[in-house]
Amino acid sequence: MAALKEEIQTAEKCFHCGDKIEETGYQLDHHDFCCLGCQTVYQVLNNSGMQQYYRYNQHPGKSNKSKQEDFSYLDEPQIAGKLVDFEDDKMTIITFYIPAIHCSSCIWLLENLYKLNPNVLQSRVDFMKKQASITFNHNQLPLKDLVYLLVNIGYDPKITLQDVVKEGNRNNLNPLVAKIAVAGFCFGNSMLFSFPDYFGMGNFEKEYANFFGYINLAFGLPVLLYCASDYFKSAYWSLKQKRLNLDVPLALGILVLFLRSAFEVITQTGAGFTDTLCSLVFFILIGKWVQQRTYYHISFERDYRSYFPVAVTVLTESGDKPVQLADVHIGDRILVRNNEIIPADAMLLKGDAAIDFSFVTGESSPVSKTLGEIIYAGGRQTGEAIELEVVKPISQSYLTKLWNNENYKDYDKHFQTFVNFISKYFTVVLLAIALLAALFWAVDGSASRAWGAFTAVLIIACPCALALSSPFTLSAALSIFDRNKFYVKNTAAIEQMATIDTLVFDKTGTISSPKATSIYFEGTLSIVEKRLLNAVCRNSSHPLSREIVKWLDVPSSMSVQDFKEFPGKGMQATADGKQIKIGSGSFLDIGHVKTDGSVVFIRIDGELKGYFTMEQSWRDGLSALIEDFKMDYSLHLISGDNDRRLDALQLIFPSNASLLFNQSPMEKLQVIQNFQEEGKHVCMVGDGLNDAGALRKADLGIAVSDDINNFSPGCDAILDGESFSKMPDFFAFSKDAVKVIHMSFGISLLYNVVGLSFAVKGMMSPLFAAILMPISTVTIISFTSLMTRWYAKRRKL
Amino acid sequence: MEIMYILIGCSVLLALMFLCAFFWANKTGQHNDTYTPSIRILFDDETTEGEDK
Repeated sequence: MAALKEEIQTAEKCFHCGDKIEETGYQLDHHDFCCLGCQTVYQVLNNSGMQQYYRYNQHPGKSNKSKQEDFSYLDEPQIAGKLVDFEDDKMTIITFYIPAIHCSSCIWLLENLYKLNPNVLQSRVDFMKKQASITFNHNQLPLKDLVYLLVNIGYDPKITLQDVVKEGNRNNLNPLVAKIAVAGFCFGNSMLFSFPDYFGMGNFEKEYANFFGYINLAFGLPVLLYCASDYFKSAYWSLKQKRLNLDVPLALGILVLFLRSAFEVITQTGAGFTDTLCSLVFFILIGKWVQQRTYYHISFERDYRSYFPVAVTVLTESGDKPVQLADVHIGDRILVRNNEIIPADAMLLKGDAAIDFSFVTGESSPVSKTLGEIIYAGGRQTGEAIELEVVKPISQSYLTKLWNNENYKDYDKHFQTFVNFISKYFTVVLLAIALLAALFWAVDGSASRAWGAFTAVLIIACPCALALSSPFTLSAALSIFDRNKFYVKNTAAIEQMATIDTLVFDKTGTISSPKATSIYFEGTLSIVEKRLLNAVCRNSSHPLSREIVKWLDVPSSMSVQDFKEFPGKGMQATADGKQIKIGSGSFLDIGHVKTDGSVVFIRIDGELKGYFTMEQSWRDGLSALIEDFKMDYSLHLISGDNDRRLDALQLIFPSNASLLFNQSPMEKLQVIQNFQEEGKHVCMVGDGLNDAGALRKADLGIAVSDDINNFSPGCDAILDGESFSKMPDFFAFSKDAVKVIHMSFGISLLYNVVGLSFAVKGMMSPLFAAILMPISTVTIISFTSLMTRWYAKRRKL
Repeated sequence: MEIMYILIGCSVLLALMFLCAFFWANKTGQHNDTYTPSIRILFDDETTEGEDK
């Protein structure tokens, strides 16, 4: 029976979201749903065209994905004013970031919001950014109600005042795109007007030669002054700092190209190289654009403000009032409800505090606090609402200080990329060759040939192909990583990844998965008792209850009376005439029990039956991953948690790995720093706020997250928990990418040698330059893209 | 052959118009979201089907 049931269970998938249907499934119109949220959206979709607002079901078994949040602060005009994009006396436009957007149905539903509520005038979804821009009549539909409307259909907007997503939105690439457009326009036209010269003109056409020359110069001017302006600026700054970056030879090449073209056209000695100039600038600008392009809209620069709530309830004499965080002062009495975050260091005044500090310290079980104790910001209250008095302003709380620590702030990740390293020598050698060639012809007594050779060298050796090799390789690698759910911040981070030799892991949430828990039961339960428990636990949406239901694996047909759930404590109910109490030690009056991890006690009719313990289990493929890394990397573990699982970890990690426990966030950072002082290139793999310092300090910080839209600390890359086991491949692939850059550098050097052999002789026709430049560029672009993808295929990425 | 000058002038002018059209499109945000419209275009049929039922 049990086996058959399991088979059915695995076969059944939610009609709406495709998730496996757990014990508590729903049915409607012969479709199965994993949760109520899914079913409701189905209903709404099914009843499309009807302006019927869906009736919210009070059943507590609603998907645990959406905890009912308190949005009453949206009624405060001060707070709301900061969120909206536009407002007049009739309507308001607001853009929400909605992480739940994931499919075309989402778009359809959100863009048909007006059918649910006629006061929504228009809504537009940007799928890739997971944003919805909604225009609504705020006189009829206050902002708060609009948010509730979204929450009710399962699309909770993520509201933070420091809206990183919106900021990213404003930072568009328009100036660069405009420059590319202008360069492309000039490139095409100047190429057209250069053709007559390349094909040779008859005598009667010669009168036009001069005209074409000037028109070409006219096209070259905007390219020089507008499109290439960034290269001149960058070259100027790098010379000022006495460093030679790749922009110096590029800027030099561009300038010389234009000067020589102008000289030739004005003196009527030649046709000039304007088309080469335009194509060069056009291609390097495209390289720049490719490098800046992001494939996935994730923010890597989140700070504590996006973790904190927007507002907190302050208790005043005139009643409760939501106040935005910046306006919370010392001495304010604040109310923190179940599942809310304590925004500032505060003293406990009233209520039972059981604070979950997992995000700050990594310690997984909630900590109880007594009245009068100081509670640090960042903890999440689990249980009843508590009252606190703020003792420190938010900007100086423990958590905020940790985040803004000087150690992280001063730190600027400047490492040398391959191209930076090469360009130093490249420029020097290039100038030397140009001068030598000029000198040779000058000694020979041919001044015009000396000028010709000097300019030709600078033109032909302009490192256009070199400038393109690394953007194209790395952006191809970036897209391959993205496809494998490994989101790297920028192209430079991939090069950095290839240099890593030391890997440091965090434990909780990083190498163990918060989704997969192992459950153990101490004690004995009869079949009848199991069914009783099943009946009670089914009513709760608490993750532990769901785990217990799964563990029990018995059919349920019993009904339950007097079900009562006490958040953060447990629940009680009557079934089959028996009183059942399930919950923590203090809830069942057992007193404090020394245990590890989460513990759930069972009491039936006053008799203690035993307890469940739950531990996070390791992520899939952890030992294989460590085995793969063992050869080439030195591995370490630093955990904020205690060492109760040391034995298991010692078996997985190699014997030379250091396994450190009970590490505070500062200590973690120190460990990373110590490794770096030993000359190692460290990669930190962490997840929580407690790793934030270490993640930033490390040469490469990778945040592991099971839901990439959720909060993750500032880092260089975000790894989806699903792809955790692919990490060795990712690191190997980053080394392949750097190899491709080296190879393409070799190719572009080869082109340069061929070009130079002509240039030093002072013989270089405009046609030769006009052909060589695009050919080398196209070769590099196709070589890097193909090679990178070939390597990815070999690594099965 | 003075017609050449006029023809060249016309062709450059035409090209400039296309460049301006691109700038206008870029400025009005037509390239901001290149993915959603590809899905949105499929919706109309679905809606009528749903209403028919």
